[in-house]
Amino acid sequence: MSQNLYERIGGEAAVNAAVDIFYRKVLTDDRISRFFDGVDMEKQAAKQKSFLTFAFGGPHHYTGQAMRQGHAHLVKQGLNDSHFDAVMENLAATLQELNVPPNLIAEMAAIAESTRDDVLGR
Amino acid sequence: MPRIRYQQRTYVLKDDESVLDGLTRHGVAVPSSCRGGVCQTCLMRAVHGDPSEISQRGIKESLRERRYFLACACRPGADMEIALPDDNDLPLIMTEVIGKEPLNQNISRFRLRAPHGFVYRAGQFINLHHHEHLRSYSLASVPQTDNYLELHVQRITAGRISGWLHDKCKAGDPLILHGPFGDCHYSKRDIDQTLLLIGTGSGLAPLWGIARDALAQGHRGAIHLFHGSRDATGLYLIGALRRLAQRHRNFHYTPCVSGGGASGNYRSGRADEIALKQFPHLQGWRIFLCGNAEMVKSAKKKVFLAGAALRDIHADPFEFSADAHIAATP
Repeated sequence: MSQNLYERIGGEAAVNAAVDIFYRKVLTDDRISRFFDGVDMEKQAAKQKSFLTFAFGGPHHYTGQAMRQGHAHLVKQGLNDSHFDAVMENLAATLQELNVPPNLIAEMAAIAESTRDDVLGR
Repeated sequence: MPRIRYQQRTYVLKDDESVLDGLTRHGVAVPSSCRGGVCQTCLMRAVHGDPSEISQRGIKESLRERRYFLACACRPGADMEIALPDDNDLPLIMTEVIGKEPLNQNISRFRLRAPHGFVYRAGQFINLHHHEHLRSYSLASVPQTDNYLELHVQRITAGRISGWLHDKCKAGDPLILHGPFGDCHYSKRDIDQTLLLIGTGSGLAPLWGIARDALAQGHRGAIHLFHGSRDATGLYLIGALRRLAQRHRNFHYTPCVSGGGASGNYRSGRADEIALKQFPHLQGWRIFLCGNAEMVKSAKKKVFLAGAALRDIHADPFEFSADAHIAATP
């Protein structure tokens, strides 16, 4: 199933459309915006893009190890399940805005959800 | 942990460490300057392995194809073999100073002979070599209309190159440069798009070029230029910009003074804040941000949140430094 998801959703063009919407939502979400203070926007957008590519079932270089290391400093600052939930909400809202069918949104949410323990360092 | 093969030796990088940081940590000297993926001093070439997409950002297409990348921005996911740039790919260009004049107390305009066959866009930058130092300067000239290269050089306290340029350099002196680099320039993909140009200090140089380039190419959308400085003496080209606004109905110029004491001639406040207050909705706009690195960074976020798409935001943060930059031995 997930093998075709990326193509069904529209490949890289779909990811590019989603990055701006998703990143804007994340930056304006008071629950999580503080974790993005001072980050370089271009580097961050590139990370968002690889995250969305991963969630869309596309080609990625995502490893659990990198996820742990990349978020370890945020876990120290108090990153927890509630923040992960907030990101998941923003992801779903982004996809709804792009009129992605609910069954595909569910598929992508499941892929994104699989990173939870790595992100939270558990 | 990725391994880097360089000059017949192998170095192990830490996870998420850049090639530049890793080599430096191992005591290997690599030419570098801004360490922020901008100045292109740390340009290197991948012999084996793939440079990351982000490490190739802003590099000329022809060099990207030859697997050039920026060592400071490259965090490899796999092993790589790398080398310094090939001199044949990056020829040093000889030119000479043809004129210099003060634009205000600290900033002077330098005109250089346009080297034969030098192709560039207004707003791109060049690296200027002087002895073993190098500095990046934006191109304020427009190739279609100006038969010289124009730089606006701010005098930096104890600045090696700016000091030499301001105090010693005279018409006829030879200069060595390479470039052009960067993607902070106008492109004619939508001539009806509204452009917002925000700059501080000598960040006006690329914007002065970009605005005139857009007008020369028949841009029809509005072009709003906000130039900021702490006090009025830091502004420059005020008369020229006002004349440009009189000649072109779609060009608008707003000089801003942030340090208080603004008279009726200038707006009072920071250029980016004044611009955002006047234009809070930037969906569909193209944005150019140049000058003070902190301003550029915070304005980038603000214009994005105001609706500008990431691909429509062009930024050129200026890093000023007084200490030596190590230039690649030519």
